Amino acid sequence: MNWRKLLHRNHSDADLSQEIRLHLAEEMEENVTRGMAPEEARRQAYIKFGSPQRVRETVWQQNSVAFTESLFRDLKYALRSLSRTPGFTLMALLVMALGIGANSAMFTVVRSVLFKPLPYKDAGRLVVLYQHDPSAKDQDNYVAPGNFSDWSQHARSFESMAMVTPWAAYDFSEKGGSYPEKIDAAWCSWNMFSILGVPPAYGRTFNALDDRPDANATVILSWGFWKRRLGGDPSIVGRAIFLRGLPYTVIGIMPAGFDYPEKQDQVWTPAHHEGSAHLLQSRDDHEYKVIARLRPGTTVAQSVSELDAIQKRIQEEFPGLPVEPGVNGRLLLDDLVGDYKTPLYTLLAATTCVLLIACLNVANLLVARASARRREVAIRSALGANRWRLIREQLAESFLLACAGGGIGVGLSSAALTWIRHVQQNMVRVDSISLDALALLFVMGVTLGSGLLAGIIPALAAGRPRTLEALQESSRSQSGGRSRARLRKALLAIEVGLTVVLLITAGLLLKSYERLRSVDMGCATGNVLTLQFSLPGPAQKRVAFLSELIERVRALPGVKAAGLVTAAPGTGWWEDTPVTVVEHPPAAKGAVLDPIARSADPDYFRAMQIPLLRGRTFSEAERLQNANVAIVSKRAAEEFFPGEDAIGKHLKLTQDPDTPPLEIIGIVGDTRFHISEDVWPMLYQPVYRGSFGQTTVMVRSDQDVENLARPIGQIISKMDPDLALGEALTMEQIIDRSTSSASFHSRLILIFAVIALISAMAGLYGVLAYLVTQRTSEIGIRMALGAQRHEVLRIMLIDGLWPAWIGLALGLAGASLTMQLVRKMLYDVQPLDWPVFAAVSLMLSLVAALACLIPAWQASRFAPMDALRLE
Amino acid sequence: MASAKKHGNSEMLKGTLDMMILRTLITGDAHGHTIAKVIERTSEEVLEVEEGSLYPALHRLEDRRWVSSYWGTSENNRKAKFYRLTATGKKQLTLETSRWRQMARAIALVMGEKIAGSGE
Repeated sequence: MNWRKLLHRNHSDADLSQEIRLHLAEEMEENVTRGMAPEEARRQAYIKFGSPQRVRETVWQQNSVAFTESLFRDLKYALRSLSRTPGFTLMALLVMALGIGANSAMFTVVRSVLFKPLPYKDAGRLVVLYQHDPSAKDQDNYVAPGNFSDWSQHARSFESMAMVTPWAAYDFSEKGGSYPEKIDAAWCSWNMFSILGVPPAYGRTFNALDDRPDANATVILSWGFWKRRLGGDPSIVGRAIFLRGLPYTVIGIMPAGFDYPEKQDQVWTPAHHEGSAHLLQSRDDHEYKVIARLRPGTTVAQSVSELDAIQKRIQEEFPGLPVEPGVNGRLLLDDLVGDYKTPLYTLLAATTCVLLIACLNVANLLVARASARRREVAIRSALGANRWRLIREQLAESFLLACAGGGIGVGLSSAALTWIRHVQQNMVRVDSISLDALALLFVMGVTLGSGLLAGIIPALAAGRPRTLEALQESSRSQSGGRSRARLRKALLAIEVGLTVVLLITAGLLLKSYERLRSVDMGCATGNVLTLQFSLPGPAQKRVAFLSELIERVRALPGVKAAGLVTAAPGTGWWEDTPVTVVEHPPAAKGAVLDPIARSADPDYFRAMQIPLLRGRTFSEAERLQNANVAIVSKRAAEEFFPGEDAIGKHLKLTQDPDTPPLEIIGIVGDTRFHISEDVWPMLYQPVYRGSFGQTTVMVRSDQDVENLARPIGQIISKMDPDLALGEALTMEQIIDRSTSSASFHSRLILIFAVIALISAMAGLYGVLAYLVTQRTSEIGIRMALGAQRHEVLRIMLIDGLWPAWIGLALGLAGASLTMQLVRKMLYDVQPLDWPVFAAVSLMLSLVAALACLIPAWQASRFAPMDALRLE
Repeated sequence: MASAKKHGNSEMLKGTLDMMILRTLITGDAHGHTIAKVIERTSEEVLEVEEGSLYPALHRLEDRRWVSSYWGTSENNRKAKFYRLTATGKKQLTLETSRWRQMARAIALVMGEKIAGSGE
């Protein structure tokens, strides 16, 4: 084939004609020289040459791109035959578009979130390290600063090592008293920025001199915070801003997109300047992540085992403290995205199922078409059409559907990505999700792959057409197209199987979500408003502030009860404090009592409907030095005092050696620190003891509690205009937020499952309807011979339901094997939860029966004579 | 296509027509009719070139750049398309000739014919 000739075919054809004319003329002349009469010479020349037309045709064909030409024709045929069944075509197209769209959207999310390299220098050598107790259930723990300094002094596997705490916060104001705002911050070692290898956009990052207790206060701003609160003015570098009322010199501004360790962090301050001397010495105050850069050639495992040995020595040195005996570490990327792996892979698998179902659907459609055209194909192959040509016609249809689906799919997937970026704002690296060239390449690949898969199944399964058989068979069609029907049933069974797996996944996730939502938080959750702030200043001042505040809040109209607590239930761990029981002998090595620490006002338990199980609550008189009392939760009483009465015992706070032991005066019901976490022992101190700056005011009302957010905020800002307030959240909102990803995942999977179910049922309906038309005359004969209508109904129904049942069995088996993979996403639900399996089986059987009922019923309505005449 | 009706040997012709065309052109440029005549005469009229395959073959060889073509005047003063062997065409001819020799020798051996220098 020659492109130039292809484009000038007419021209070269004229040339060829000229050549042929010459040839004939020469031949004639030769014949004349041999002595023939001119007429005879001409005749002989033509006889010898044969048909000039044929030569021209052969050369023409030689010069044409046979494939593109007939491809165009194939596509035209395909378009025509698809438009003959608009309903099924539209359905197949829609499912294909959804399949391709959803699949490529999830592919993009998985690739962007889990695989795209981090925007840090040589990120493959960045590791995050934790203290680790191989025997405990809750494996990894944050690192205590004292241990960190041992690690960084002794470990040889790392170029450098930094610690960073993600949960610092400040009350920020530009100048004292103007628009205070509570901002999240990170305390970090000075070298964190150089370990990550990210230079500042303006100014400089910390140096070792900034990161000392006696240094001047310095701060580095995030790009977003600098733009939002400081007007994006670079001259802020070198000036001071106010954090918790103290001036901090701004030394640098990080570039846009830099958000380590947490997305919401607005500023960074040096860890050794901010942390108290006590914290920095501590062996048991787990506050920091450790991030380190490996030396070239060192593996994560090597570095971890080196630290493991160091940590073991530390544990032996401090037997009475909660020091884990080991170290765990992983690459920074794994640390960031670890929690997202299972849900994202599950969603990717689900969308792949939908895509497979879409392919099977199209394959099914094509098998149906192939059997309708069996006779035509047989005749054509009898006349010498080659097999590849016939297969190509089928492929054209599937490619047409796949390409149209791919086109719509790209649109869908870009819309889906926008939506995901919008609803999953808290997901790590969500900003890196974008439909880029590789994603588009993936869409194209998936589209072509789907087209090929859907087209090649029926084409190959049809095998070499047995021409004679087909011609004979289609003359009387009672037994016609059985093998095609078998293929369609097999495809359907797989389709139903995939649907069942999706349905079961959706069922398990929904059940788990529902379990999560019905968890008893241990306190009132309806019409409860929470507002958190942190109080600066000495204990005395804070206590006075709090007692005045709560009086004023209680006086507000609409407030039924109000209380103060460090942090509302369900908002997280916040603080713990290791304790020892004074009355007990020193605990065995390594056995440490480490309750969550809270402070509460005397009325908190009643206000939040947390039951007082024994003893009494705090009294108003128990303030400051006179408040060495404590209340423990039920779980704490059971775990710390097994078989004893906790009331009257004393607890010594090991982190505060100067305070006298606290006497336990009451036991209250358990509350959860996080909705999906197990109940943990909790220790309450009186809020008027003044040991916590962090406070949440909690208000219960019998009307719409959100209306109270404003008046409470006004009371506080009237009392202290510099105090920054957190977001006013109802308990319901807190629960919504901590279950939002569970709700997101379960709903998405449910949507996919429903799409799968609908297309599988459409397939089931299609196959049975086809079988009914195939067997029309058979049914006619049966009825003429006396078969009853209900028998016909039963026969046809069973015929149609078989693939559904086989598919159901396949799906149940598949699900029981694969559901272990989603175990991590399940709360309080086992992967083999039989009620879910049973419900899915029942639902699928019912829907399948419904899909089969219509064609089966139609079959039973045939008038026997009409059925026979149809032939 | 070579027709089986005319000659039993046309099957043989099929694979070797290209080679023979190239061989013919080594003695000088020629148009289609001359090429056919030369093949027929040098084969002592055993091989008859069917024009139905000659012209497609010529066009194919031209596409492969083994021959080039130009319009000239025939011995009888007619406008004719002449074909000329190109450098790659010469290479191809050498290749095909040696392949043909091997094949012919192999077939001869199988058929039990004596071959000069075979030592028999």
